[in-house]
Amino acid sequence: MSTRLATGGRLLKTDKPLSFTFNGKHLRGYEGDTLASALLANDQMLMGRSFKYHRPRSVVASGAEEPNALVNLGSEGRFEPNQRATVTELFEGLEATSQNHWPSLEFDVGAINRHLSRFLPAGFYYKMFMYPRSFWKHIYEPFIRHSAGLGKAPKARDADTYEHFYAFCDVLIVGGGVAGLEAARTAGRSGARVILVEQTEHWGGRAPVDGGSIDGGSVEDHIARTLAELEGMENVTLRLRTMGAGVYDHGYALAYERLTDHQPDAKGPRHRLWRIRAGHIITATGAIERPLSFAGNDIPGVMLASALRDYVVNYGVSIGDRTVVVTNNDNAYLTAITLKKAGLDVPVILDARVLPEDIGLVEQAKALGIRVLMGHGISSVKGGKRVTGVAICAQAGEGAVLEEIACDAVAMSGGWSPVVHLWSHCGGKLRWDTDHGCFSPDLDSPPKGADGMGFVTPAGAASGMFALDDVLHDAHAAADGVVTSLDFKLPRDVEAPKAERREESPMMPVWMMPHGASVKLREKAWLDFQNDVKVSDVRLAAQEGFVSVEHAKRYTTLGMATDQGKLSNINGLATLAGALDADIPAVGTTTFRPPYTPISLASIAGEARAETFQPLRRTPLHDWHEANGAIWEPVGQWRRPYAFKRGLESTHDAVMREVKNVRENLGLLDASTLGKIIVKGPDAGKFLDMMYTNMMSTLKVGKCRYGLMCSENGFLIDDGVVARIDEDTWLCHTTTGGAESIHAHMEEWLQTEWWDWKVYVANVTEQYAQIAVVGPNARTALERLGGMDVSKEALGFMEWADGELGGFKVRIYRISFSGELSYEIAVDASHGAAFWNALLAVGNDLGVMPYGTEALHILRAEKGFIMIGDETDGTVIPQDLGLNWAISKKKDDYLGKRAQERSHMTEPTRWKLVGLETTDGSTLPDGAYAVGEGTNDNGQRNMIGRVTSTYHSPNLDRGIAMGLVLNGPDRMGEVLTFPGTNGKEYTAKIVDPVFYDKEGEKQNV
Amino acid sequence: MSEPVTALMGAEDKVGIATITEGGPLGMITLRGDLSDKALKKAAVAAGGVTMPEQGHCNNEGEKGIAWMSPDELLIMCPYVEVHDRLADLQAKLAKGHALAVNVSDARATFLVTGPRAREVMGKLSPVDLHPDRFQPGMFRRTRLAQIPAAFWMPEEETFQIVCFRSVARYAFDVLKVAAQPGSEVGYFTS
Repeated sequence: MSTRLATGGRLLKTDKPLSFTFNGKHLRGYEGDTLASALLANDQMLMGRSFKYHRPRSVVASGAEEPNALVNLGSEGRFEPNQRATVTELFEGLEATSQNHWPSLEFDVGAINRHLSRFLPAGFYYKMFMYPRSFWKHIYEPFIRHSAGLGKAPKARDADTYEHFYAFCDVLIVGGGVAGLEAARTAGRSGARVILVEQTEHWGGRAPVDGGSIDGGSVEDHIARTLAELEGMENVTLRLRTMGAGVYDHGYALAYERLTDHQPDAKGPRHRLWRIRAGHIITATGAIERPLSFAGNDIPGVMLASALRDYVVNYGVSIGDRTVVVTNNDNAYLTAITLKKAGLDVPVILDARVLPEDIGLVEQAKALGIRVLMGHGISSVKGGKRVTGVAICAQAGEGAVLEEIACDAVAMSGGWSPVVHLWSHCGGKLRWDTDHGCFSPDLDSPPKGADGMGFVTPAGAASGMFALDDVLHDAHAAADGVVTSLDFKLPRDVEAPKAERREESPMMPVWMMPHGASVKLREKAWLDFQNDVKVSDVRLAAQEGFVSVEHAKRYTTLGMATDQGKLSNINGLATLAGALDADIPAVGTTTFRPPYTPISLASIAGEARAETFQPLRRTPLHDWHEANGAIWEPVGQWRRPYAFKRGLESTHDAVMREVKNVRENLGLLDASTLGKIIVKGPDAGKFLDMMYTNMMSTLKVGKCRYGLMCSENGFLIDDGVVARIDEDTWLCHTTTGGAESIHAHMEEWLQTEWWDWKVYVANVTEQYAQIAVVGPNARTALERLGGMDVSKEALGFMEWADGELGGFKVRIYRISFSGELSYEIAVDASHGAAFWNALLAVGNDLGVMPYGTEALHILRAEKGFIMIGDETDGTVIPQDLGLNWAISKKKDDYLGKRAQERSHMTEPTRWKLVGLETTDGSTLPDGAYAVGEGTNDNGQRNMIGRVTSTYHSPNLDRGIAMGLVLNGPDRMGEVLTFPGTNGKEYTAKIVDPVFYDKEGEKQNV
Repeated sequence: MSEPVTALMGAEDKVGIATITEGGPLGMITLRGDLSDKALKKAAVAAGGVTMPEQGHCNNEGEKGIAWMSPDELLIMCPYVEVHDRLADLQAKLAKGHALAVNVSDARATFLVTGPRAREVMGKLSPVDLHPDRFQPGMFRRTRLAQIPAAFWMPEEETFQIVCFRSVARYAFDVLKVAAQPGSEVGYFTS
């Protein structure tokens, strides 16, 4: 059984006990524990089930690379699945539950898959779910969806907050082990701005566990000394619990800081995503130990040798009383020595190598009396939910059992792989290191910046340096080189620390144990523990033709689990290389992508949630609308009132009331959102003649003109009324959604094409609250306010004037989008609400009512006015809408002119705008298509038109619509058929689009 | 005429790691033109009441000031009640040349972020190097505040003055409040 040792652990505070629960069971641990070490201390080896076969799973590692020990953490608003127990710090009251099992962790029905594993090889799903086709929708897809994913998605709203932080530095160093610390010390001494981030809660990495001596003292003393020096440097920022998640172009990097995961009740954000711009990035990300591929290597109790050592040294946890060590390198001997010194039994070390002499750690282990079998390996591990023993064989053979040894833990080591992820994210290349059987950064091909120079440098184990002295020296040299390239200088006395060298025998790559393992053994030798990919699966993929590593990965799901193959990748591709008789470097790796380990989605969203999810634009009258029954409609980022509900009336009734009231009495519309762009300069007239299809240069000062704007391709993009303010100045109204884009459109043409034209533009949209005062009583209301003359003679239709009304400084445009007598009045936004209230007061006995966007739409549709976005959709030209009158024939050019002369644009068969009147007075469904004779190649009915706008008109008491119809204007009076989606067929007559006051008498009074 | 009303009527938040305050009405004029033109410089200085700022800078004295917005644009500040007169004066002086001056006082909202942690609060929302060696009083930045365009400068150490569009004043205030929430100290500029 696994248990806590009396010796205590390096990171443990045994005077600070904590209680926590696992699957509802109350357990105890200490401050300094991870959830994994605390569970192991309570003999809770079983922590989860694997994805495909529901195999029992326990920890295999002690850090970020852990594939197995994934749990649900927390509950309700703090529930989170797939959390690695190995990096979860224990805190008082922690709640964890296991995943992917039913009905319980100990007894799991899904484990039946294990017995079917012979029938569930690689690619099973691809093969199985192909046929019969009809099964996909109703059987296969629901089944796959049900079994997809280990954890469950949280259901409650996240209780925490998150944030970003933008940081800038000369040197970002990722990894706070001895290499990262040394790099930071060196860079810090040069005066460069340095950020050093470490993903765990401790500095120093695994060096203190692995021992040795630096500058004649202990590794721990060296770390403490270096830290003290770093803490004294003002130019160095140190962050624990902060993972370098990704490296991107131009020295951009993301670091993920976990602020309250270990103290959920603390104030402040839970995670902080650092968005860092660094002059150079040093990756001191260390290395990860590889498992060995032997039968039964996934049984709980089989663990990486370094992890087993970590649990003993750091947390005082023993995984078992008797541990068999199996290795292809010297490093794992440290585990045997550590266990022996802790008073635990190591019955045998199985070393796949045959070494000519005993030096270094091998010699030490033997001196401690540990039995060492050279040239041996594991044929298979015995046990189900726990290791009970190992069967020993010759590494060179096929697995014939030479001896069985009882044990309750196995420490395996297949060598070490540098963590090259961050080096690779932005294009750093790798080289195959034959001596260590691993991929290392190819220093000749770093990720390059805009200047063609590398902007990432690896340091220490991440660079393929494994001896302590090499690590320190490499980190020092890396930082020295980096700061020098950034024009900083190191003081002369800064030198790399010296570490004692250990004699070491070379490792021997072992990709299968034993070398000639039978199919039966290969079927039980796991590569990917989480996704259940075995040696046999990768070989099958190769056999079936998936020779590219990227294809084999997807076919077998190797490395596609939440750990992204940190343990399985190299073993998997070595297996693939073996099956293909190819060199490992020729097979290559799959692509390393950010983030290094999963980061919370909420940290990416940062502050963008709840109230601040996205900016919401409010007019100066927003608060009044809100207090007076506004039903909101989103228009771009604005909120505009769709209608103002009174009492218990329905929204539809409110709209009908508002429309009628505008025609009969007096309506007020908040038109503040409409774009207002000032265009000024000696060439402004010429410029606007290019922007608009009609003439704007001939507009007289004091007058207004409706204009159309097209894209280069001739399509209608915006419309609005333009007013000539003075000889040099025009004010262009745009649609609400067009304010920013049309402003940008104008700037683009002025800056890139007509840069020598003397024109300045300014977007003054938000300077004004603009209120449309509309209806037969409009003039009376304004006269009551008093001030400027608003009579027909003084201010005619399509004219504007500056003046005062009721003490407010105003500009009035006599323009109408409703067909009624209408004044659009602009006042400075800071006075908008007061002016609105003044209008309501004087209009009180004139039947004044505010109206919303839906009433606005109906009023304009009754008049046959088009709306950008309804009658246009990016494929419509003004000619389609019968707007030829607004296209100047006198001008040589305007944007879109040439495009509109192309054959497709002039084709008589283009659908054209008409009015549509239902034969029974009902309202056509929006977007409905008119069907013609016959069917097309796909067997669909031919279509000859579509509805672009449709409303119930309260003034006409019937449905009215506009639509684009084939040869429409030539077919007046014809009846078209529009099938609805509700089974009903609508019939409508083609009519003139102007339904109301065709002569325009009402607006011109 | 009525009393001018700002978008949030002087909202304030003091519970977080920095104080957030909406500024009162401020006169603002956008001036576009040739910034090397003598007549324009003279007119701008007269309207802004301070000397011409360098590129990327802002000169301020109380409510008066000039900010460098782009190679052909200045933002001139003055007391709100004076803006119409100052604009008319400026336009008259520039009538002969080619320039554009418009009143944008009401199109904007302003905020003050104050306190020893002000740099950190801003650093959560704007991608700007705010290290005390790099961003100092007198400098001016057009950038973004989370998802909205904004500009800011430091009238003095520990104070940021922000200008953004009026329609998004509520968002700006809310997002500053979130960035300043209690317990969210970063410890980057002040350890």
